[in-house]
Amino acid sequence: MIKQLRKLPSWLTTTAGLVLFYALVQLIISMGWVTEYVAQILQWAGIMAISSLGLNLVYGFNGQFSLGHIAFFAIGAYTSALVTKDWYVTWSGSRVGALSGVIALDAGLIVSLVVISLLRINTIQKRLKEAVGRWLNQFETSVLSSVVTFLLALVAIAAGGAVGWLLVKVLPPTLEAILGLLPTGIAQPVVFALALTLGSVLAAIIGLVVGQPLFKLASDYFGIATLGFAIALYVLLQNSDKVIPTMKGARGMVGIPIWTRWFWVFICAALVIVAMRNLIYSSVGRAIISVREDEIAAKAMGIDVTRYKTVAFTIGSLFAGIAGGLFAHKSPGFLHPSSFDFLKGFDPLIVVVFGGLGSMTGTIAASVGWAFLLEGLRVALPQGFENWRFVIYPVLLLIIMLLRPQGLLGGVEWGFLKPPKVQPRTTGDEGE
Amino acid sequence: MKDTVIKLLLRIVVWGLVAALTIAVVVVVARLIQRNPVLFFQQVVNGLQLGFVYALIALGYTMIYGVVKLINFAHGDVFMVGSFVSFYAITRYRLHLWPASVYYRTQGITPTPEALAQAPGWTMIIGTVLVILLAMIVCGFLNIIIERVAYKPLRNAPRIAALITAIGVSFFLEYFTALGFVFGPDYYTYVRPMPVISWNIGGVAISNILVVIIVSTIFLLVLLQYIVMRTKMGKAMRASAFDKPTARLMGINVDMVISFTFALGAIFAGAAGVLYAIAYPQIITFVGIRPGLKAFVAAVLGGIGNIPGAFVGSLIMGQAEAMTIGFFSITMPSGEVLAGSTLRDAIVFAILILVFLIRPTGIFGEPEGEKA
Amino acid sequence: MAQENTLNPNPNPVSDDRVVLDIKGLTKFFGGLRAVHNFDVTIEKSELVGLIGPNGAGKTTIFNMITGLYSVSAGDIRYNGQSLVGMEPHAITQLGIARTFQNIRLFPNLTVLDNVRIAYHPHAGYNMMESILRTGRFSSKEKELTEQALDFLAVFNLEDRYNEIAGSLPYGEQRRLEIARALAVEPKLLLLDEPAAGMNPGEIVALMDLIHFIRDKFKLTIFLIEHQMRVVMGICEWITVMDFGEIIARGTPREIQNDSKVIEAYLGKGAVVGARAEVA
Repeated sequence: MIKQLRKLPSWLTTTAGLVLFYALVQLIISMGWVTEYVAQILQWAGIMAISSLGLNLVYGFNGQFSLGHIAFFAIGAYTSALVTKDWYVTWSGSRVGALSGVIALDAGLIVSLVVISLLRINTIQKRLKEAVGRWLNQFETSVLSSVVTFLLALVAIAAGGAVGWLLVKVLPPTLEAILGLLPTGIAQPVVFALALTLGSVLAAIIGLVVGQPLFKLASDYFGIATLGFAIALYVLLQNSDKVIPTMKGARGMVGIPIWTRWFWVFICAALVIVAMRNLIYSSVGRAIISVREDEIAAKAMGIDVTRYKTVAFTIGSLFAGIAGGLFAHKSPGFLHPSSFDFLKGFDPLIVVVFGGLGSMTGTIAASVGWAFLLEGLRVALPQGFENWRFVIYPVLLLIIMLLRPQGLLGGVEWGFLKPPKVQPRTTGDEGE
Repeated sequence: MKDTVIKLLLRIVVWGLVAALTIAVVVVVARLIQRNPVLFFQQVVNGLQLGFVYALIALGYTMIYGVVKLINFAHGDVFMVGSFVSFYAITRYRLHLWPASVYYRTQGITPTPEALAQAPGWTMIIGTVLVILLAMIVCGFLNIIIERVAYKPLRNAPRIAALITAIGVSFFLEYFTALGFVFGPDYYTYVRPMPVISWNIGGVAISNILVVIIVSTIFLLVLLQYIVMRTKMGKAMRASAFDKPTARLMGINVDMVISFTFALGAIFAGAAGVLYAIAYPQIITFVGIRPGLKAFVAAVLGGIGNIPGAFVGSLIMGQAEAMTIGFFSITMPSGEVLAGSTLRDAIVFAILILVFLIRPTGIFGEPEGEKA
Repeated sequence: MAQENTLNPNPNPVSDDRVVLDIKGLTKFFGGLRAVHNFDVTIEKSELVGLIGPNGAGKTTIFNMITGLYSVSAGDIRYNGQSLVGMEPHAITQLGIARTFQNIRLFPNLTVLDNVRIAYHPHAGYNMMESILRTGRFSSKEKELTEQALDFLAVFNLEDRYNEIAGSLPYGEQRRLEIARALAVEPKLLLLDEPAAGMNPGEIVALMDLIHFIRDKFKLTIFLIEHQMRVVMGICEWITVMDFGEIIARGTPREIQNDSKVIEAYLGKGAVVGARAEVA
């Protein structure tokens, strides 16, 4: 029987396994065999896993030490929250207002980026330098080059802005019409799915834009710069009520519909895990990893290092955005900037390092462990000593670092996350 | 002929743009100053105060990074310990009043609280110095212990391990001291070891706090410069920062140098802790986070690992922050205003990002190329 | 001022189509330090040329400039007529120039197979989306790619080790893998930076055979930095000698051995008379 199971194509067994796992957990939850509390922790674990996998891609697989991951988590959280809150209680004047706005924003940004890449600014800069290099010295050339780049960027932004503006005019009635047709039971999940997607896409776009100028920095500096970005965003969030009143800045955004269920966490986690695994075990994945292994050698092998740093960072930010969206819609439906300060930002880093850099299985295991540990400590410690967990937690961390710095599973994978086997070719072998 | 014409035209365009931009900046700044000169100079003064304190912290970051290539996240928390230690020394043990006490006794006067309040200024100065010294000593030892326990075992582990450990130490210091039986989780109002005297110069308020800060910092900086440039240990520090294996081969006890550097950095942080608390007398176990981060950015701005750079970077940072508080505000489309005091942290990081875009190694830093 | 090369600049006369690499007046400054000054060389198709000189002479710096890792302060580098100055390293590689490194730079935590498969990345034949969705195209192209890589490893007798971690291989095999990996990008010009470093005499002989073999099998032009005189004298057709960033001599192995400037550079002034015997 097992032998026959082994023969089945892997995607079939994987999918079957996933479905079974999901059903099992869902059953446990619905039957009330575990308390709602434990179910919450499970969701937490899932959310942390998604976010940490993103960070693992950036840091564990691509070697970029990013301390700004939490910023993208926050972007995903707040953006999706704005969209769903609008649908739920209509803060913008129309229940599809935020939805249209975010679609317009995402679309506009994407258009700008596409225009920029079409304009081939790098090539233009080079040609310009070649052309005027004869007459101007280096400083003058760079001034001219910057001015031209700036103007071209303005063009791109204008293009994106135009598209965005157009969408904002056109979308609300269209969306209202389409979504209005659906019964509430269907409209709600659709809106939620849209919110999650749009929030994470925005996070990815911002990741792409913010990352670009930073990739040429050495690793420590990259960490500092990304940290700076995260803190700057945090400050912005604290003052967000001055931009979008409903975000209520430092007082925290309320009224977010609590739509996160195990179903959603599971689906997102499954998609993220499968996508990541498929990406890693492909040529693009190898290119990403080669950057971590040895940047100089990678360049010598024809790998465009900057491009793959961008790819990893953007996807990592996308995952963080998804996790953020799920996080925002957990009970109590309340978002506060303090959930996104840079200290919180160390959580996914600790999970990733503890689970083992470059190990997807490790990250997942560590996320589960982390969720249960933190909560477990809260429960285990007697009243009044709750804050001791913040003392124990770093001490545990220190001990782990001292005893096993490569993390639990450093580089090792289990189950279907294992690298696909390449069959050895023995002489006289017919098959394969 | 055509060449020269084109050259001239291009030159005019470029320099015209540069000139226009410079003039615009100068005009804006001049307007700002002109509209409210008092505010401007007040902020310059405030910026100096901040800058000098940041400098003391930044030096610790830069020295430690220079020798062990570690961003010591816990540095800001060592600074916090300095504040608290001095706080207890002042409130519980009245350390700052001991010189006055001794002086009175030699004069045959009983040192009652009322008499002490009238003590001559120079005893207060000595008292303050004592408090700072105590903080410096305690912090120095603390850092040596931290280094031995948490960082030394990881000297050969990947850099990230040491970094995470530093984060762990930082968390630990913050939360452990927040527990009831240590410092406690609340805000405390700091008690200054000397009375505050304020002068008003053309509308700008300057206090003796600023004087104390500047004098102390300059003294310590000169001391540091002497240690680093003129002593054997300083030479050993510079050698170890440059090339550890070779320094070892030359007979330098690198372990000792590292411990010494950590201690020295902490000593400065401890002093900074006292001075900061004197200037901004609200302390809590998390007080070290913000200044620590800003001092770190300052060190990076100046070129991490570079000592004069840390000083210059800190001064710039202090000015930037003060100017933001005083002048900078963004009016949002909704009519709401994002005031400088809320933007002060973000501005600091905006500067950081700019530095990275234009000159990542900092003002005085040297580009680190990797040999193929 | 550049020294006049009184020796033969190149035993074969220059003829444009056959020139693979043409470097003129190459200069590199690191701040105030002049690492390379007015270097030139012209290499033709299928030649096996050596670059030697004492440590610190600037040899690896030149390789780094050719491959785009270092910027060029002055001068030009032309590959098949196209200037490489200012190009990104990965673009230069994709033009057909590959190199190995003085200190082996394998991807240490990847398998031997993966190290080679990376070479095929620019021509993988599928994009990211197809990888994630595991389309049919992905499967077939990945299989093709893997087959090619395994075939390639077989040529270098490394196929059995395909699944081993590169960092765990013995030194000699790591070197071999590095050369194999460089060749997997299908270059026309191969730059070898001290390939014999750390090898014992037996391994060196094998290396020399390998270099000849690959030059013939893959139709390569090879530019080689090396300290081991046996290798240099044994396989190089002609040699350029550097010291302190400048060319001090050029010629066939025989001519170089007997050149007084070369001997002086390696052994110091006054060593000329007694050293002839040792160098030969």
